[in-house]
Amino acid sequence: MYITRKAEFSASHVCRLAGRSDEENHAIYGEAAHAHGHGHNYIVEVTIQGEPDPLTGMIMDLKELKEILDREIVQPMDHRFLNYEVPPFDTVVPTPENVALEIWRRLDRGLAACGTGRLSRVRLHETADLYVDVERGAALRQ
Amino acid sequence: MNGPALKLTRRYRFAASHRLHSAELSQAENARLYGKCNHPYGHGHDYILEVTVRGELDPETGVLAPLKELDDLVEAKVLKLFRNRNINMDVPQFRELAPTTENVALVIAQILEAAWRDAFGGRGVSLDRVHIQETERNGFELLLDEVVERKKTARLKEVHA
Repeated sequence: MYITRKAEFSASHVCRLAGRSDEENHAIYGEAAHAHGHGHNYIVEVTIQGEPDPLTGMIMDLKELKEILDREIVQPMDHRFLNYEVPPFDTVVPTPENVALEIWRRLDRGLAACGTGRLSRVRLHETADLYVDVERGAALRQ
Repeated sequence: MNGPALKLTRRYRFAASHRLHSAELSQAENARLYGKCNHPYGHGHDYILEVTVRGELDPETGVLAPLKELDDLVEAKVLKLFRNRNINMDVPQFRELAPTTENVALVIAQILEAAWRDAFGGRGVSLDRVHIQETERNGFELLLDEVVERKKTARLKEVHA
Protein backbone atom coordinates (compact mmCIF):
# COMPACT_ATOMS: atom_id res chain seq x y z
CA MET A 1 0.00 0.00 0.00
CA TYR A 2 1.16 3.52 -0.71
CA ILE A 3 0.63 6.88 0.92
CA THR A 4 1.57 10.20 -0.61
CA ARG A 5 2.28 13.40 1.24
CA LYS A 6 2.82 16.77 -0.37
CA ALA A 7 5.10 19.64 0.65
CA GLU A 8 6.00 22.94 -0.94
CA PHE A 9 8.99 25.21 -0.94
CA SER A 10 9.91 28.30 -2.91
CA ALA A 11 13.50 28.75 -3.95
CA SER A 12 15.67 30.28 -6.61
CA HIS A 13 18.28 28.59 -8.72
CA VAL A 14 20.39 29.00 -11.81
CA CYS A 15 21.46 26.23 -14.17
CA ARG A 16 24.90 26.91 -15.60
CA LEU A 17 28.17 25.08 -16.08
CA ALA A 18 31.13 27.18 -15.05
CA GLY A 19 33.43 26.18 -17.88
CA ARG A 20 30.89 26.84 -20.64
CA SER A 21 29.99 29.92 -22.65
CA ASP A 22 26.66 31.73 -22.38
CA GLU A 23 25.64 30.21 -25.69
CA GLU A 24 26.45 26.69 -24.64
CA ASN A 25 24.65 27.10 -21.33
CA HIS A 26 21.55 28.43 -23.06
CA ALA A 27 21.61 25.53 -25.49
CA ILE A 28 21.56 23.09 -22.57
CA TYR A 29 19.40 24.87 -19.99
CA GLY A 30 17.46 27.48 -21.95
CA GLU A 31 16.32 30.47 -19.90
CA ALA A 32 17.22 28.63 -16.70
CA ALA A 33 20.79 29.66 -17.49
CA HIS A 34 20.20 33.39 -16.95
CA ALA A 35 23.14 34.33 -14.76
CA HIS A 36 21.40 35.89 -11.78
CA GLY A 37 18.89 33.10 -11.30
CA HIS A 38 15.13 32.89 -10.97
CA GLY A 39 12.68 31.07 -8.72
CA HIS A 40 9.97 28.42 -8.58
CA ASN A 41 7.22 27.30 -6.25
CA TYR A 42 8.38 23.72 -6.04
CA ILE A 43 5.91 21.02 -5.02
CA VAL A 44 7.19 17.68 -3.75
CA GLU A 45 4.99 14.59 -3.59
CA VAL A 46 6.51 11.85 -1.48
CA THR A 47 5.14 8.32 -1.75
CA ILE A 48 5.79 5.75 0.95
CA GLN A 49 5.27 2.03 0.53
CA GLY A 50 4.42 -0.24 3.43
CA GLU A 51 1.83 -2.37 5.15
CA PRO A 52 -0.51 -0.85 7.71
CA ASP A 53 0.46 -1.76 11.25
CA PRO A 54 -2.26 -4.14 12.54
CA LEU A 55 -2.57 -2.19 15.76
CA THR A 56 -2.59 1.41 14.50
CA GLY A 57 -3.94 0.80 10.98
CA MET A 58 -1.29 3.14 9.60
CA ILE A 59 1.70 2.58 7.29
CA MET A 60 3.55 5.25 9.19
CA ASP A 61 2.69 8.15 11.40
CA LEU A 62 2.05 11.03 9.00
CA LYS A 63 3.17 13.46 11.67
CA GLU A 64 6.54 11.81 11.58
CA LEU A 65 6.67 12.01 7.77
CA LYS A 66 5.71 15.67 7.97
CA GLU A 67 8.56 16.29 10.42
CA ILE A 68 11.08 14.49 8.22
CA LEU A 69 9.94 16.46 5.16
CA ASP A 70 10.15 19.65 7.13
CA ARG A 71 13.58 18.92 8.58
CA GLU A 72 15.21 17.47 5.46
CA ILE A 73 13.60 19.52 2.68
CA VAL A 74 11.45 22.49 3.58
CA GLN A 75 13.60 24.05 6.32
CA PRO A 76 16.86 23.87 4.39
CA MET A 77 15.44 24.79 0.95
CA ASP A 78 12.49 27.13 1.44
CA HIS A 79 13.23 30.75 0.50
CA ARG A 80 16.84 29.95 -0.33
CA PHE A 81 18.98 30.33 -3.40
CA LEU A 82 19.84 26.68 -3.98
CA ASN A 83 23.20 27.28 -5.66
CA TYR A 84 24.51 29.53 -2.89
CA GLU A 85 22.82 28.21 0.23
CA VAL A 86 21.97 24.52 -0.13
CA PRO A 87 24.78 21.99 -0.61
CA PRO A 88 25.47 20.06 -2.80
CA PHE A 89 24.15 22.66 -5.26
CA ASP A 90 27.27 24.74 -4.80
CA THR A 91 28.92 22.15 -7.06
CA VAL A 92 25.98 20.19 -8.55
CA VAL A 93 23.76 22.00 -11.08
CA PRO A 94 20.28 22.29 -9.50
CA THR A 95 18.36 20.98 -12.49
CA PRO A 96 14.95 19.59 -11.52
CA GLU A 97 16.47 16.13 -12.03
CA ASN A 98 19.27 16.81 -9.57
CA VAL A 99 16.98 18.52 -7.04
CA ALA A 100 14.62 15.51 -7.16
CA LEU A 101 17.56 13.11 -6.68
CA GLU A 102 18.88 15.13 -3.73
CA ILE A 103 15.40 15.09 -2.15
CA TRP A 104 15.30 11.32 -2.70
CA ARG A 105 18.68 10.87 -0.95
CA ARG A 106 17.72 13.04 2.01
CA LEU A 107 14.36 11.33 2.53
CA ASP A 108 15.67 7.82 1.97
CA ARG A 109 18.19 8.49 4.74
CA GLY A 110 15.66 10.15 7.03
CA LEU A 111 13.07 7.41 6.56
CA ALA A 112 15.58 4.58 7.00
CA ALA A 113 16.44 6.07 10.38
CA CYS A 114 12.83 6.04 11.54
CA GLY A 115 12.31 2.42 10.48
CA THR A 116 8.74 2.35 9.18
CA GLY A 117 7.59 2.58 5.60
CA ARG A 118 9.93 2.75 2.67
CA LEU A 119 10.42 5.54 0.18
CA SER A 120 8.83 4.55 -3.13
CA ARG A 121 8.71 7.69 -5.21
CA VAL A 122 9.63 11.36 -5.13
CA ARG A 123 7.81 13.55 -7.63
CA LEU A 124 9.10 17.10 -7.88
CA HIS A 125 7.00 19.65 -9.76
CA GLU A 126 9.15 22.56 -10.87
CA THR A 127 6.31 24.27 -12.74
CA ALA A 128 2.76 23.26 -13.69
CA ASP A 129 4.21 21.89 -16.95
CA LEU A 130 7.27 20.03 -15.73
CA TYR A 131 7.85 17.34 -13.14
CA VAL A 132 10.50 14.75 -12.40
CA ASP A 133 9.97 11.32 -10.81
CA VAL A 134 12.55 9.35 -8.89
CA GLU A 135 11.29 5.80 -8.35
CA ARG A 136 12.66 2.84 -6.52
CA GLY A 137 13.61 -0.01 -8.88
CA ALA A 138 11.78 -1.31 -11.91
CA ALA A 139 9.56 -3.56 -9.76
CA LEU A 140 7.52 -0.52 -8.79
CA ARG A 141 6.64 0.32 -12.37
CA GLN A 142 2.85 0.92 -12.53
CA MET B 1 18.56 -3.28 -5.84
CA ASN B 2 19.73 -0.78 -8.42
CA GLY B 3 19.61 2.94 -7.89
CA PRO B 4 16.29 4.71 -8.35
CA ALA B 5 14.88 5.25 -11.84
CA LEU B 6 14.60 8.78 -13.15
CA LYS B 7 11.85 10.19 -15.36
CA LEU B 8 10.91 13.62 -16.57
CA THR B 9 7.44 14.65 -17.67
CA ARG B 10 6.68 17.68 -19.77
CA ARG B 11 3.15 18.98 -20.31
CA TYR B 12 2.00 20.56 -23.59
CA ARG B 13 -1.37 21.88 -24.73
CA PHE B 14 -3.14 22.00 -28.05
CA ALA B 15 -6.67 22.82 -29.15
CA ALA B 16 -8.18 20.72 -31.92
CA SER B 17 -11.49 19.44 -33.18
CA HIS B 18 -12.54 15.95 -34.12
CA ARG B 19 -15.52 13.86 -35.06
CA LEU B 20 -15.83 10.22 -34.14
CA HIS B 21 -17.15 8.34 -37.13
CA SER B 22 -16.34 4.94 -38.56
CA ALA B 23 -16.70 4.41 -42.31
CA GLU B 24 -17.41 0.76 -41.64
CA LEU B 25 -20.57 1.46 -39.67
CA SER B 26 -23.94 2.78 -40.81
CA GLN B 27 -25.06 6.26 -39.87
CA ALA B 28 -27.43 4.84 -37.27
CA GLU B 29 -24.71 2.62 -35.80
CA ASN B 30 -22.25 5.54 -35.68
CA ALA B 31 -24.82 7.70 -33.92
CA ARG B 32 -25.53 4.94 -31.42
CA LEU B 33 -21.87 4.12 -30.77
CA TYR B 34 -20.33 7.58 -30.58
CA GLY B 35 -23.36 9.60 -29.43
CA LYS B 36 -22.72 13.34 -29.46
CA CYS B 37 -19.12 12.75 -30.56
CA ASN B 38 -20.65 11.78 -33.93
CA HIS B 39 -22.41 15.11 -34.54
CA PRO B 40 -21.76 15.89 -38.22
CA TYR B 41 -19.50 18.94 -37.94
CA GLY B 42 -17.35 17.73 -35.06
CA HIS B 43 -16.39 19.49 -31.85
CA GLY B 44 -13.19 20.51 -30.08
CA HIS B 45 -11.12 20.02 -26.96
CA ASP B 46 -8.20 21.68 -25.24
CA TYR B 47 -6.02 18.62 -25.14
CA ILE B 48 -3.22 18.32 -22.61
CA LEU B 49 -0.37 16.12 -23.76
CA GLU B 50 2.16 14.75 -21.29
CA VAL B 51 5.37 13.26 -22.63
CA THR B 52 7.51 11.28 -20.18
CA VAL B 53 11.12 10.35 -20.85
CA ARG B 54 13.29 8.06 -18.76
CA GLY B 55 16.92 7.14 -18.66
CA GLU B 56 20.35 8.09 -17.49
CA LEU B 57 21.26 11.50 -16.22
CA ASP B 58 24.05 13.20 -18.14
CA PRO B 59 26.63 13.35 -15.34
CA GLU B 60 28.05 16.68 -16.47
CA THR B 61 24.91 18.69 -17.19
CA GLY B 62 22.54 16.99 -14.73
CA VAL B 63 19.76 16.69 -17.32
CA LEU B 64 18.04 13.66 -18.84
CA ALA B 65 17.46 15.53 -22.08
CA PRO B 66 17.81 19.26 -22.73
CA LEU B 67 14.26 20.61 -22.40
CA LYS B 68 14.61 22.80 -25.44
CA GLU B 69 15.41 19.79 -27.59
CA LEU B 70 12.42 17.87 -26.24
CA ASP B 71 10.17 20.91 -26.68
CA ASP B 72 11.44 21.50 -30.22
CA LEU B 73 10.86 17.87 -31.15
CA VAL B 74 7.31 17.80 -29.78
CA GLU B 75 6.55 21.17 -31.37
CA ALA B 76 7.88 20.20 -34.80
CA LYS B 77 6.53 16.65 -34.97
CA VAL B 78 3.30 16.80 -32.96
CA LEU B 79 1.99 20.19 -31.92
CA LYS B 80 2.41 21.75 -35.37
CA LEU B 81 0.40 18.89 -36.82
CA PHE B 82 -2.52 19.09 -34.37
CA ARG B 83 -2.71 22.63 -33.01
CA ASN B 84 -5.89 24.46 -34.06
CA ARG B 85 -6.64 21.76 -36.60
CA ASN B 86 -9.53 19.54 -37.47
CA ILE B 87 -7.94 16.17 -36.75
CA ASN B 88 -10.15 14.25 -39.20
CA MET B 89 -9.49 16.57 -42.09
CA ASP B 90 -6.05 18.03 -41.42
CA VAL B 91 -3.98 15.24 -39.89
CA PRO B 92 -3.13 12.66 -42.57
CA GLN B 93 -2.97 9.73 -40.14
CA PHE B 94 -6.70 10.17 -39.51
CA ARG B 95 -7.98 10.07 -43.07
CA GLU B 96 -9.22 6.54 -42.38
CA LEU B 97 -8.70 6.22 -38.64
CA ALA B 98 -11.30 7.46 -36.15
CA PRO B 99 -9.66 10.17 -34.00
CA THR B 100 -10.61 8.70 -30.66
CA THR B 101 -8.19 9.90 -28.04
CA GLU B 102 -6.85 6.33 -27.79
CA ASN B 103 -5.88 6.62 -31.45
CA VAL B 104 -4.54 10.16 -31.04
CA ALA B 105 -2.30 8.91 -28.20
CA LEU B 106 -1.13 5.96 -30.32
CA VAL B 107 -0.36 8.13 -33.34
CA ILE B 108 1.53 10.67 -31.23
CA ALA B 109 3.53 7.88 -29.56
CA GLN B 110 4.37 6.41 -32.97
CA ILE B 111 5.40 9.81 -34.36
CA LEU B 112 7.69 10.44 -31.38
CA GLU B 113 9.13 6.93 -31.44
CA ALA B 114 9.90 7.28 -35.16
CA ALA B 115 11.71 10.58 -34.57
CA TRP B 116 13.42 9.50 -31.34
CA ARG B 117 16.56 7.94 -32.75
CA ASP B 118 17.45 11.04 -34.75
CA ALA B 119 16.77 13.33 -31.84
CA PHE B 120 18.02 11.37 -28.83
CA GLY B 121 19.63 8.18 -30.18
CA GLY B 122 22.67 6.99 -28.24
CA ARG B 123 22.04 9.38 -25.36
CA GLY B 124 20.59 6.93 -22.86
CA VAL B 125 17.14 8.51 -22.82
CA SER B 126 13.99 6.86 -24.10
CA LEU B 127 10.32 7.66 -24.50
CA ASP B 128 8.43 6.20 -21.54
CA ARG B 129 4.85 7.40 -21.66
CA VAL B 130 2.33 9.48 -23.57
CA HIS B 131 -0.67 10.72 -21.64
CA ILE B 132 -3.49 12.77 -23.10
CA GLN B 133 -6.07 14.52 -21.04
CA GLU B 134 -8.96 15.09 -23.46
CA THR B 135 -11.10 16.81 -20.87
CA GLU B 136 -10.65 17.14 -17.13
CA ARG B 137 -12.53 13.89 -16.77
CA ASN B 138 -11.03 11.72 -19.50
CA GLY B 139 -7.37 10.73 -19.53
CA PHE B 140 -5.65 8.26 -21.84
CA GLU B 141 -2.27 6.78 -21.17
CA LEU B 142 0.16 4.80 -23.25
CA LEU B 143 3.25 3.18 -21.71
CA LEU B 144 6.05 2.34 -24.11
CA ASP B 145 8.14 -0.62 -23.28
CA GLU B 146 11.53 -0.14 -24.84
CA VAL B 147 12.59 -3.79 -24.75
CA VAL B 148 10.02 -5.42 -27.01
CA GLU B 149 8.82 -4.32 -30.40
CA ARG B 150 7.22 -0.89 -30.26
CA LYS B 151 3.74 -1.29 -31.55
CA LYS B 152 3.09 -4.52 -29.74
CA THR B 153 4.20 -3.15 -26.43
CA ALA B 154 2.13 -0.03 -26.44
CA ARG B 155 -0.31 -0.89 -23.69
CA LEU B 156 -3.39 1.23 -23.65
CA LYS B 157 -4.96 2.11 -20.38
CA GLU B 158 -7.83 4.48 -19.81
CA VAL B 159 -7.64 6.65 -16.74
CA HIS B 160 -10.73 8.26 -15.36
CA ALA B 161 -9.86 11.32 -13.34
